[in-house]
Amino acid sequence: MKQVICQNLTSKILSLGFILLLTFSTSLNAQEGDPANGKSLFNANCAACHKLDAPMTGPALRNVEARLYDEEGLDREWLNAWIRNSNALIKSGDAYANKIYNEWNQTAMNAFPQLSDQDISDILAYTAVDPCELNPQSSPDCPGYIPPPQGDDQAGTGGISNNLILGALAVLFGLLAMALILVKRTLNRFAEAKGIEVIAETKRKPIWKAFVENQFLVLVTAIFFLLASGYFVYGYFMQVGVDQGYEPIQPIHYSHRIHAGDNGIDCKYCHSSARVSKHSGIPSLNICMNCHKSISQVAETTQQDGLKEFGVDYNAEIQKLYEAVGWDGTAYTGESKPVKWIRIHNLPDFAYFNHSQHVSVAGVECQTCHGPVEEMEIMYQHSPLTMGWCINCHRETNVKVKDNGYYTKIHEELSKKYGVEQLTAAQMGGLECGKCHY
Amino acid sequence: MHINMKIALKYITVLVMLVGFVSCQKNSRPNYQYMPNMYEPVGYETYQESDAFANGVEAQLPAEGTIPRGDFMPYEIEDTNEGYEEAKANLKSPLDSIQVDYTEGKVLYDIYCGICHGTKGNGKGKLVEREKILGVPSYDDQGRAITTGSIYHVIYYGKNTMGSYANQLNENERWQVVAYVEKLKAELEK
Repeated sequence: MKQVICQNLTSKILSLGFILLLTFSTSLNAQEGDPANGKSLFNANCAACHKLDAPMTGPALRNVEARLYDEEGLDREWLNAWIRNSNALIKSGDAYANKIYNEWNQTAMNAFPQLSDQDISDILAYTAVDPCELNPQSSPDCPGYIPPPQGDDQAGTGGISNNLILGALAVLFGLLAMALILVKRTLNRFAEAKGIEVIAETKRKPIWKAFVENQFLVLVTAIFFLLASGYFVYGYFMQVGVDQGYEPIQPIHYSHRIHAGDNGIDCKYCHSSARVSKHSGIPSLNICMNCHKSISQVAETTQQDGLKEFGVDYNAEIQKLYEAVGWDGTAYTGESKPVKWIRIHNLPDFAYFNHSQHVSVAGVECQTCHGPVEEMEIMYQHSPLTMGWCINCHRETNVKVKDNGYYTKIHEELSKKYGVEQLTAAQMGGLECGKCHY
Repeated sequence: MHINMKIALKYITVLVMLVGFVSCQKNSRPNYQYMPNMYEPVGYETYQESDAFANGVEAQLPAEGTIPRGDFMPYEIEDTNEGYEEAKANLKSPLDSIQVDYTEGKVLYDIYCGICHGTKGNGKGKLVEREKILGVPSYDDQGRAITTGSIYHVIYYGKNTMGSYANQLNENERWQVVAYVEKLKAELEK
């Protein structure tokens, strides 16, 4: 028995020694962190709550190791303990751990037991990299910083200069016409003075007189004009009350192109009520903040695109959102104010339309009615939203009966009645007046 | 010469009229309506401005201490560190194995969660791949060690950078998503 215990002991001592050796060797390596690996580790583990240069859910981490050492006298060992399990460190009564925990509204930092010493030193190496060394353009404080061209001003002057050129051209053409008339006059006067007779046009019957005298032509023209004006008047009356192409300027410039197109966010992420209710509601600002809590600036390329192509300062638009929702960069101030969005799609009050019926039950794609929203920089009304348009779709669209137990019986009965394989929405009663008007 | 001038004048008038017609089509304002009093609702509309309430907005928050009608159960656990620990340890799903619908869970998960957490739950959603949002953990992260209760709690209140999804998903839908997340977690841990 004794022997067995001894064996266990020796093996334990051995393994302990091995672990010691390992930690020693890694701590030797730990002096040299790899900032590149550190960056990917930082982005995967830390960036949810920490930025390098700005406070977020947790404090900014630029040069955190050096700062901690200079200001608090805390070394790598403390940092390792904090990162692996901050909660245990707080509970152990560590003074600085408790101080920082309380300073940040007792937000508990997640534990990262899976990070090795090497991982942590990589991350810390990344936080210690001087941003100016990598890219002198990263901040105006860098020595090699060259201020970017003022895209906003350029766009502004571009617009003005276009108008100016057009105006100048118009004036130029006006002057040219005037000059020609004047030249002709003076030439005539010269001719008169010299006694040269300007050849007068031979008197012919004026064309309008010939036209009036030809009654057939007058009749045909009259009929033509009547029909043409009838066509235009009809066209004009038919578009009254139709807002197709309506494209108002919203109080905050929101680009569906970037959100739904480039980033592929589902329509129903923001317009979640389209799934379950009559309306596809305008998202409340807390939904914007789901992402924009951490995205306070767009990518530099996106910003330049916005300035050049659309004349929009996206970063300023995000600031408008922050102001409306009352977000000071790290916390809500509680002072919010409503955003006066302008409603684009608006059915008359006498027509009933239900989003969930179309989106959830029928499985109609949003784009069927709203058009290529994922390409729209500025949202506009794609469809006419007239009754004829509704009816047309109901006539052409087959009801989605697959995997829908609710429709099984009625589908069979109606199929027999109409003698068809596939039922359209119209055959299901989609043309009945009372379905939409009551 | 006089005739020339007259013809020019005619052309100019036609041109001006055309320009006038075209410039009337302005897409930044809504079109005319035949009978606005049939188009515009008499009652208040959800988002409209109105002087019916002090803050000038028709949409109001529910009165404090009230709950909606129907089978609504308030979520009692508070949004604190202790609440999180309590939910993590004790909260269980009310759905039994028959009620769990992974198809519905997947649809909802892909809309609301997959964009960051990835459709496989590995923390590599499209926004993460494009480096818009960083630091999204995989569901098999050891430090977090998520449980049924903690998933529900975090969907309900949000945590750190993640916001609350309580207004986009109702109670049943939240539990469906929880079930689906647990399925993803189990697949990741394989």
